[in-house]
Amino acid sequence: MLHVMGIPILNLVCYVPLAGFFIILLLDRKSVTAIKWTANLVALLDFILSIPLILSFNNPSYTDPLTNFRYIIKVPWITSLGAQYYFGIDGISLLLIMLTTLLGFIAVLSSWTAIEHRVKEYYALLLLLQTGMLGTFMALDFFLFYVFWEIMLVPMYFLIGVWGSERRLYSAIKFFLYTLAGSVLMLLGILALYFDYGRQTGVYTFNVIELQRIGFPFGLQYWVFLAFFVGFAIKVPMFPFHTWLPDAHTDAPTAGSVILAGVLLKMGTYGFVRFGLPLLPDASRYFIGIGGKSFPWMMWLCIIGIIYGALVALMQKDWKRLVAYSSVSHLGFCMLGIFAATPVAVQGGVLQMINHGLSTGALFLLVGNVYERRHTRLISEYGGLSHIMPLYATIFLIMTLSSIGMPGLNGFIGEFMILQGTFSDPTLRIWSGVAVVGIVLGAAYMLWLFQRTMFGEVTNPKNELLDDLNFREAFCYVPLIILSFWIGLYPQTFLRYLDDPVNRVVSKVRGSDYFKLSIPVADATTSPTVAPGTVVADRPAPHR
Amino acid sequence: MANYFWLIPFIPLAGTVINGLFGKRLSKKVVGLLACTSVGLACLLSLWAVLHLTHLPPNARRLTHILFTWIASGDFHVEFQFLLDPLSAVMILVVTFVGFWIHVYATGYMAHDDGYYRFFAFLNLFMFAMLTLVLAGNFLLMFVGWEGVGLCSYLLIGYYFHKKSAGDAAKKAFIVNRVGDIGFVLGILLVYVTFQTLDFTSVFNRAAGFLVEESGGGVLTVITLLLFVGAVGKSAQIPLYVWLPDAMEGPTPVSALIHAATMVTAGVYMVARCNPLFSRAPLTMEVVTWVGAATALFAATIGLVQRDIKRILAYSTVSQLGYMFVAMGVGAFTAGMFHLVTHAFFKALLFLGAGSVITAFHHQEQDITRMGGLHKYMPITARAMTIGALTLAGCPLLSGFFSKDEILWQAVAGGHLVPWIVVWLAAGCTAFYIFRLLFLTFFGEARMGAAHAEPCQESPRRMTTPLIVLALFSVGIGYIGLPPLFAKVFHLPNVFEHFLEPVWQGPPRAPSAPVTVACFGQSVGNGEGFITLLSILMALAGFLTAWLFYLKQKDWPELLSHRLSGLYHMLLNKYKIDEIYDTVIINPINTISYWFLWQFFDVGVIDGIVNRTGQIMRGAGRLLKNIQSGYTRSYAAWILFGVVAILVYCMR
Repeated sequence: MLHVMGIPILNLVCYVPLAGFFIILLLDRKSVTAIKWTANLVALLDFILSIPLILSFNNPSYTDPLTNFRYIIKVPWITSLGAQYYFGIDGISLLLIMLTTLLGFIAVLSSWTAIEHRVKEYYALLLLLQTGMLGTFMALDFFLFYVFWEIMLVPMYFLIGVWGSERRLYSAIKFFLYTLAGSVLMLLGILALYFDYGRQTGVYTFNVIELQRIGFPFGLQYWVFLAFFVGFAIKVPMFPFHTWLPDAHTDAPTAGSVILAGVLLKMGTYGFVRFGLPLLPDASRYFIGIGGKSFPWMMWLCIIGIIYGALVALMQKDWKRLVAYSSVSHLGFCMLGIFAATPVAVQGGVLQMINHGLSTGALFLLVGNVYERRHTRLISEYGGLSHIMPLYATIFLIMTLSSIGMPGLNGFIGEFMILQGTFSDPTLRIWSGVAVVGIVLGAAYMLWLFQRTMFGEVTNPKNELLDDLNFREAFCYVPLIILSFWIGLYPQTFLRYLDDPVNRVVSKVRGSDYFKLSIPVADATTSPTVAPGTVVADRPAPHR
Repeated sequence: MANYFWLIPFIPLAGTVINGLFGKRLSKKVVGLLACTSVGLACLLSLWAVLHLTHLPPNARRLTHILFTWIASGDFHVEFQFLLDPLSAVMILVVTFVGFWIHVYATGYMAHDDGYYRFFAFLNLFMFAMLTLVLAGNFLLMFVGWEGVGLCSYLLIGYYFHKKSAGDAAKKAFIVNRVGDIGFVLGILLVYVTFQTLDFTSVFNRAAGFLVEESGGGVLTVITLLLFVGAVGKSAQIPLYVWLPDAMEGPTPVSALIHAATMVTAGVYMVARCNPLFSRAPLTMEVVTWVGAATALFAATIGLVQRDIKRILAYSTVSQLGYMFVAMGVGAFTAGMFHLVTHAFFKALLFLGAGSVITAFHHQEQDITRMGGLHKYMPITARAMTIGALTLAGCPLLSGFFSKDEILWQAVAGGHLVPWIVVWLAAGCTAFYIFRLLFLTFFGEARMGAAHAEPCQESPRRMTTPLIVLALFSVGIGYIGLPPLFAKVFHLPNVFEHFLEPVWQGPPRAPSAPVTVACFGQSVGNGEGFITLLSILMALAGFLTAWLFYLKQKDWPELLSHRLSGLYHMLLNKYKIDEIYDTVIINPINTISYWFLWQFFDVGVIDGIVNRTGQIMRGAGRLLKNIQSGYTRSYAAWILFGVVAILVYCMR
């Protein structure tokens, strides 16, 4: 196990923000600068501490050979219930944790001038939220997972409700109740699995890995899938559980929107990959319609989300609300890839979670920059900003292109892998075909937004004296832009962490036979040039 | 050494990076010099690489270079891979050579523009994307270039972004192209599923094992139809051509480079690149032929009556691209590529000439009915434009004549009589509209208003030199690919055809029977000669009509437009296709999205249910809170009620 200063690395990464939370609580509320510096330094420290996770990820001494999870911490916790304090990460959670620590830092940094009242509480809650999110991605025990899942809820509720804009209370309560309703159902699902596992084996445990070892009867899976579905789908959000999202996003402060879009939504998609599919493979196949024997409910919901989100985004007059609806569409893509349950599609889905975090996170930051200057989000209030804020316009263009899947940037890789992976399953092929329509609509609403805000003459005199981004504001985008190009040009850096965990998920859902069924397609004419694309040899074994 | 050919796209990219990052601080001279030098270097390197290629034996002319593994995920594997073969060789030569001269021209055309460095950064970026497109070694990298040129097109159409029309046109171009991309992406997906690779070489080798799908409906037919949808978008064919005329909002060098010479031909190039697939799908070939032919005539008729000098040329481009697709569709890939090459020169020439005219009017006037007599003031431009017009119209012995003649002849030889008639008619329209443009602009009396009383001047040398160069090439380039008839006459071999030969990997075709033309029961000799004669006559008819209408009987057009007012207005309004798209597609989408999806469904139904649930809960709470009133007698009453209820239940 990797220790830093004698503390297991995962604990350290997870609880450094919590320590920051307590430090800020101890600070005088009038020493605003000290609070800001503390929060920024803690967030930065947390990001730096998370880097060793990726550097020594493949070090075998940190890897549990049985489960292939890394940096495991496993101590008994509530023994009477069978709940353990069980942390560990694989490639999927690794990428999400890196995203969280990065966006967490950027969110804190971006708030420097945006928040002026109750500064102490604001930063304290942001850091508490950070711990909640990191713990959720690290937990391998359902009980522990649930605790962190609920911890996230509270700071977010206050962030929206206290530092939000006009309808903040309505939006905050809506967010809270929606999510709470979902998580209660999820808890029921967890308990059902817990008791059935106990009935079957005589041992009561919340250990997710253990729960995956046995098969649950289809009838139970059916209901638990529905319960999980509601819990996760609200978080994602999938149609028709998405209406909390535009309100919450629109009214949240900038940093709240960034975290909400960048990380919190991923809890839902992550839940499906980590728990939904591997624990409930039969029900998953049933509801996704794999094999074509049942009605493809999930596929329908994904497609509706993609198209519906895009169409509604097209009509928005509020800049932030437009980006919020675009999230519905993008997350539809993520879910399509995850539900398609082929290696390429799931990897694409997970990568697209990261991509969405980068591009939509940046887009919310960008809205925040002008909101801070003009205190309005109405698109019609802007126009011609390229004249006044060229740097801002350039960054906005890059992030727009990333969001609409321009090749060379990150969004394309994710979208294409999702489409390719979905297409490769003959029974799901049609859904890939329909989803492609989403990329046209995506271009439509984003470019229209770009035109209305950046192009044209400066019609509104209030915009004439706006300052371009200052150094701190521009600095927030540097890592996001670098990563966008990096993933777009050389995604292997990130994809290599996904191969193994995704294959495990796929072999759970589709059975391990799936990987043995590859049929090589030989060149018709014996060509002397062995194409580098001859794929069959490169197919990784499902379990390494 | 020739393995460094993959560097070609990256030289203009370096130009983009330098100009994009530091251009603001550099003088215009340095910016222009950097941009031109980078493209010039790319051109020299291309020439060198192609020369190297020609030294190889014909079947070995296929260099590949893998930079790195791009995506490897599960069973999906694709490389960042470049390919230089005769087909891409032709393309890089055309793109860099024409591109270089247009860059030179642009240093003059844009001389008084504030966003000079931005313009050249984008233009260089376009060169990078276009070269990536043509040098790509697999479908996915080609798609990178494909979208990249689309992006640069977007940025450059919207270059004058303070104008709303420019912003609209840019967005329209991008989105219409994206519609085509649906087909391209699905085509790529199906290629991968079918062939387990996206690498061109392997895909085409494996395709050789597929039978020709005579009855249609096979997987190759589906793949090629999907890919063709992409080509239709990028190369502005019916029904996705609508973006190209609007794209004229961009600066003229952009129109010349992107929307005439290079990017719009990417669709043709893609079909040519995928010839092993297309030639095994006769149904698709039929579709390609018909779409091309229909577009050729359709766009040419619209061009007859337009007044904006650039829009006429835009419709002309759409029409000429139609010719190229006819060639592809009838399986005459060489002829199609040949026309692509000649068209790149003469259409770039025409656009640059038009730009020179626009410069003379200080960017204020583009309506040809308000010009006239300019040849006195702008002799070089006038001569260059005349050569361009003659070439486009198919004047014998100029390059456009040879390439168009080849396509028309191949259509007949392949037995496609109706498409031939259609494009033959289009040839007449072509000659008419281009001479109409020429006569109205450069000849006759001056009709400039008082606003342009000052005499127009010839453009500076930086702009006229490219005109001269392109004019020379428009005349001469045809001699590298003479059709058989003229090859015999001039004793010149068809180098172009021989060079491209190894690229065409279609199924072996039976040589078509020689076509002889019988007239009144007597053979009048070789069919090719006859068809050529018909083409010449048609072009002559178009020319004479234009001459009659605009130089001799100048009241005739007016009279005719009154007599045929319905037809005239239909053409003037471009068949109202844009309006139809608005009514049938755009507006319904907007209305449904706004009223039904958002206001009714999202806000009304879903949020309605959510909020109603909340209200019901609150209402229930309000009712139930009465129970807990704090009065002892009330609690006593409730207890009594409870006890009675239990007793009733138990004794039942």
